[in-house]
Amino acid sequence: MNTVLDIRNVSKHFSDFTLANISLELKENCITGFLGKNGAGKTTLIKIILGLLHKDSGEIIFFSNRYKNIETIKNKIGVVLDDGYFYDNLNLKQMKNIIASTYKEWDETTYKNYLKKFRLNESQLISSLSKGMKMKYALALALSHGADLLIMDEPTSGLDPEIRKELIDILSEYVQEEGKSVFFSTHITSDLERCADEIVIINNGKIIEQSNKDDMIESYRMVKGTLDDLERISSKSIKILDQTKYGFTGITSDYEEIKQCIPKIILEKASLEDIFLAKTGEIENEDYI
Amino acid sequence: MGRLNIVISNTSEKPLYEQIKEQIKSAILKGELKNGELLPSIRNFSTDLKVSILTIRRVYDELEEEGFVSSQAGKGTFVLAGNKDLIEDTKRMLIEEKMIEMVTLSKTMGVKIQNLHEMLDIIYEEV
Repeated sequence: MNTVLDIRNVSKHFSDFTLANISLELKENCITGFLGKNGAGKTTLIKIILGLLHKDSGEIIFFSNRYKNIETIKNKIGVVLDDGYFYDNLNLKQMKNIIASTYKEWDETTYKNYLKKFRLNESQLISSLSKGMKMKYALALALSHGADLLIMDEPTSGLDPEIRKELIDILSEYVQEEGKSVFFSTHITSDLERCADEIVIINNGKIIEQSNKDDMIESYRMVKGTLDDLERISSKSIKILDQTKYGFTGITSDYEEIKQCIPKIILEKASLEDIFLAKTGEIENEDYI
Repeated sequence: MGRLNIVISNTSEKPLYEQIKEQIKSAILKGELKNGELLPSIRNFSTDLKVSILTIRRVYDELEEEGFVSSQAGKGTFVLAGNKDLIEDTKRMLIEEKMIEMVTLSKTMGVKIQNLHEMLDIIYEEV
């Protein structure tokens, strides 16, 4: 699989936050989910990728250096940002005209088809759009200039489940075409469980995990037992999600050893959400016990 | 394409790629997938099964290594069921695995080989 975006050791320092030595690779035809809590550094990294923020150090390589010209690269990337950056007092058509003029390969037919599909009316004012409609409009614009890489910042946040599902179906459809890839940030794990191929987790400005979604989910188990059980396996690495006087629930990658130690212990499939919480959460009783 | 059923279990201890691989293999062994048939594209297949494209890629890579399929750049992945020896060997191996389990269990319980033969005859008729 070709690499569409290669980020190497990118760092950016602010007075109160540091994006430290970020390295990640996006593979072609994949939907890569960029998972992190609010304030973890997702938007900062996306802005650096898009050139909206300068990085202090590091390197970013687009499409394995296939295109020499920065303008070509810009044309090949579709962008959906959280706050839209649209002018509220324009209607959809006026705003589209401004945006279309900045792309070399604007495809009016594709754009019209998306508007129809999303049931958007061109004469409507941007300010009158609901959050879900605004996202769809941004997506229609991002997908109408022949982009090969779609980068989206929190496209699903604040949307109802039905619109989120609709968005995910569109992303899944988009990557069916050879050479199309998606990178999107979110803190909603269920969206990624449904459609992501690869998952990158960022926490406190550092990438803490990148892997195939299925491998990630399969490398952990949810473990449940009594407090006596917990004591017996205290040498294993378990992240406790919940503990009461009746028992505990935790996430572990040491499940084989735990099973050997206590054959009757309950081990269940972990959800991405549980894993994400275990890896990034500041839950009570946080320490590995 | 011939019939290909894939059912994924969330409670199985087997990883997804193994579950999918075994079911494709079994369809080839049973002749449900014929020699030369084109398998779905990895992107399409993974979206339909709601698994990562990287998982299907691994399935196809391993099936190719084991000689059950062949990938051709730009064309796709095809079933290789023409290799009769491989198919026969695999069938035998799968059954032998079960037989070893059966014989081990019989021995621990002191069941004689003659009894085992008789049981096998009856069960073979019944199933």
